[in-house]
Amino acid sequence: MHAFTYTRAADVGGALQAGAAQGSAYLGGGTNLLDLIKGDVAQPLRLVDINRLPLAQIRELPGGGLSIGALARNSDTANHALVRQRYPVLSEALLSGASPQLRNMATIGGNLMQRTRCPYFTDVGFAMCNKRNPGSGCGALQGRNRMHAVLGGSEQCVAVNPSDMNVALAALDATVLLRGPQGERRVALAEFHRVPGNSPELDTNLLPGELITAVELPPAWPNARSRYIKVRDRASYAFALASAAVLLDLDGQTIRAARVALGGVATKPWRATATERALPGRRLDEGSLRAAAALAVREAHPLRENAFKVELAQRAIVRALREAGGVA
Amino acid sequence: MNPIIGQALDRADGPAKVTGAAQYAGDFTASGMAYAVLVQSTVAKGMITGVVQEAAQRAPGVLHIMTHLNAPRLPQGGKAAFEPPAGRMLSLLQDGVIDYNGQPIAVVVADTFQHALAGAAQLRFSYEQQPAALDFTAAKRSAYAPKKAGKEDADVAWGDAGAGMGRATERIDHVYATPMQTHNAMEPHATLAVWQGDQLTIYDSTQGIAGARKTMAKTLGLDPSQVRVISPFVGGGFGSKGSVWSHVVLAAMAARTLRRPVKLALARTQMFGPVGGRPRTEQHVALGAGGDARLTAVRHDVVSHTSVMEDFVEPSATQTRMLYATDNAATTHRLVKLNVGVPTFQRAPGEATGTFALESAMDELSYALNIDPIELRLRNYAEKEPHEGKPFSSKSLRECYRIGAERFGWSRRPRQAGTLREGNELVGWGMATATYPANRMPASASAKILADGTAVVRSATQDIGTGTYTVMAQVAAEALGLPMERVRFELGDSSMPDAPVSGGSMTVASVSPAVQAACLDARAKLIEAAIAPGAPLAGATRDDVTTGDGWLALRSDPSRRVSFARAVGGRGAIEGKGEAKPGKEREQFSMHSFGAVFVEARVDRDLGRIRIPRVLGVYGVGRRLNAKTARSQLIGGIVWGIGMALMEETSLDPASGRVVNASLADYHVPVNADIGDIEVVFVDEDDPHVNPLGAKGIGEIGITGVGAAVANAAFHATRKRVRDLPLTLDKFLV
Repeated sequence: MHAFTYTRAADVGGALQAGAAQGSAYLGGGTNLLDLIKGDVAQPLRLVDINRLPLAQIRELPGGGLSIGALARNSDTANHALVRQRYPVLSEALLSGASPQLRNMATIGGNLMQRTRCPYFTDVGFAMCNKRNPGSGCGALQGRNRMHAVLGGSEQCVAVNPSDMNVALAALDATVLLRGPQGERRVALAEFHRVPGNSPELDTNLLPGELITAVELPPAWPNARSRYIKVRDRASYAFALASAAVLLDLDGQTIRAARVALGGVATKPWRATATERALPGRRLDEGSLRAAAALAVREAHPLRENAFKVELAQRAIVRALREAGGVA
Repeated sequence: MNPIIGQALDRADGPAKVTGAAQYAGDFTASGMAYAVLVQSTVAKGMITGVVQEAAQRAPGVLHIMTHLNAPRLPQGGKAAFEPPAGRMLSLLQDGVIDYNGQPIAVVVADTFQHALAGAAQLRFSYEQQPAALDFTAAKRSAYAPKKAGKEDADVAWGDAGAGMGRATERIDHVYATPMQTHNAMEPHATLAVWQGDQLTIYDSTQGIAGARKTMAKTLGLDPSQVRVISPFVGGGFGSKGSVWSHVVLAAMAARTLRRPVKLALARTQMFGPVGGRPRTEQHVALGAGGDARLTAVRHDVVSHTSVMEDFVEPSATQTRMLYATDNAATTHRLVKLNVGVPTFQRAPGEATGTFALESAMDELSYALNIDPIELRLRNYAEKEPHEGKPFSSKSLRECYRIGAERFGWSRRPRQAGTLREGNELVGWGMATATYPANRMPASASAKILADGTAVVRSATQDIGTGTYTVMAQVAAEALGLPMERVRFELGDSSMPDAPVSGGSMTVASVSPAVQAACLDARAKLIEAAIAPGAPLAGATRDDVTTGDGWLALRSDPSRRVSFARAVGGRGAIEGKGEAKPGKEREQFSMHSFGAVFVEARVDRDLGRIRIPRVLGVYGVGRRLNAKTARSQLIGGIVWGIGMALMEETSLDPASGRVVNASLADYHVPVNADIGDIEVVFVDEDDPHVNPLGAKGIGEIGITGVGAAVANAAFHATRKRVRDLPLTLDKFLV
């Protein structure tokens, strides 16, 4: 652990000012950042505590969408009446993550910024990690990679984005609201996270000093059915081996429209757009769903220990769709 | 009066634990105490070629940096207590040799814990790396026979296994594998070392204070009388706290150098390597049976890994030498050396892994023979110990099978696998035999009856969460004739009468007879005092005096009675001593606990997810001293078994030998949601041979058999036989 200074911001302006200094990091729930600091993985010079900023509100937007403040806690968001009624897939995803204690602390903004749990990243005792130490190599490619990504990886990095929430937000077409020195901007969730490519050290397109202020959800589909399925090695407090968030608009047993996002198998929250395009017109039987699910993993690159994820991701999609449709 | 022994009493130490009043090793403080942090190697093999410590030295609050360059030299290079497995090969900074990734290479001491951590983060080492042995499969080519496998010979055979196998009409011949595992007691290891002149006091989280005292004395070149070990509460050990590991000695070395008390607590990640773990095993089991389903031959050949530093054997074939009747058997243990930390005893070492292999193979044989798995075991029931022909001191296994089958509804189980389904879940039922030896060692105790009519009973034993405080107080109260609330049992201090390590499930069997003897001795002296001339019961014969509920009374005239308090009178206290040790009965009888485990497994047909909604264990474990703590022990053991079956595995990076899942987030043990109904049933046993109280150990038998019962149930559900633990869902995606 290294020494750092700590300031508590009283308002957004003050936070942005403090956050503009090099080496600053915003502190929300701290459930991930503090662990990384203790493990010497993150070495911020200055922590800017934003917990007193008025950013915890969850409110309906004109036009029927929902705004979730960046400091809303995972538990509060998951249990909010509007989230439960209109976006139950988000509620399910949030409640499937971490433990109650962590969910009570963790914030929506922090969850978006959650870093990978790849052991080669989180343990500085490993010499190689391009995300932690660019150019040092990737320990996972030839190492233990059962938990790693089969989608969106590069020769530089195959670390999984660990968030459950992000998967639901991807399926819901969420937008991230940012405030920075240059003012406000809005970034679609799909554009917020990055695949590693040649710069695995960058998880997101957030600019230095920028602060997440809220996440906005577009109006829910009328009569939408949804489901979040998380497949993991134990019943709770485990990261996904594969997860799927799906939204369905049904005409009887026939799919009118669908959204499908994957977690646990990709380097960023992963929209299965090819699957989504193939689903309309299909019925909820296993065979036709399976054919559409296969399109999600056409580009998969399994590693030595995680080939099973290619199969598991498809099965998770099929199961989520069938459960959403009420046939499983 | 109802006997106190056997009652389902709450833990005597429960309130102290749940209110935080119980002091664990890391909770102790001492005046002037400094904080130490352990620094570990990041390579698996080589030499330290350089230490850059200027920045760390200058870091705020740092008092001392101990490396191989400046550490005090110890007798015999720190190996003076090396008598495996009691005394382990430690890493005490006596040279710059690196034998595994994670090896202790420095200690940073500072005025606060945070300063020590920050200082440690500044320390830099350079290494000359050498090729490390990390590949178990490759290392198998140079497997060798160890001197012993636990207490037994590495190889044991009788009859002619080859010929027996030749006569078989059905054969099972497979390799079963179990991974490296890490104990992960809830309380991390911690030590506070305090020197007063040449006297060393260690507050340590240990399963064996007597062993810790001897090991510390030898390693540091002291007389045992110069060392005192205090360990009143231990938050789980499971074998990992049965030995003194490097950090304990390093804390004492640093404290001596600094001339102030030093506390060294391990972080969770530091428990993966420097404090032992269960070695990986590969077990080749071959069974042959004739048309009558009787075993014509049994082979069990075990390969497990050890550290390049020391030989430790996971004796997985030992239960195969006594569990089933057969005229022909051959069992072997081999070791392969790897550049990893020294492995050690982990809950039911041998039986936990061995029963997975043997009882999986028995299940496979039952399908090959198309016979019920219980019937197969009954056909091969060992009426006496099959190798040497010794009688069992007691064995209720047949009852365990019968009661278990009845309660589990076994008769409704379809013989064929893969036939039960509910929704998306494939349902299966499996069973296995559980077994663990009934160990016992010499122990001693003292009992003091005080003038206020209470008693203090002491033994230098441990309560590692098992209930020693409670059951010993019960034994003492009953022997003395005092109510429970007037007996205080004290343990965890090496200045008390000697007791053995709390390992091998033998604390109750070893210590309770000593406690009983000490209390009976004190009681006899109290009676002598009460019947002495001029005393309240003067003139009575000692045989006429009974004790109960805090009174001494005459059998012949119950109206003549005197309280314990008055009988002690002006003496202040009456003290008794007791020693108890096993005798010839150990040679005459084979002593074991037995049980039968029944499991329902449900496997998601698409996702491979496996869950265990129901487990039933039926056990014959001698006399239970406390029905509640006994049941809790077995439930805990079964939960361990479920964890071992479904999720536990310590994973090493193949290139660096570093553990990749060294945290409780990544090293999975069951959470509450993973555990369904667990029912534990006891078969009453009266065993006069195991010890005077008739108690067999119950700490470890609970984990045995569970791995196989789960795998057998999963096969019954899916027709997919998984022979390598853990049964993660990817192994069921077909």
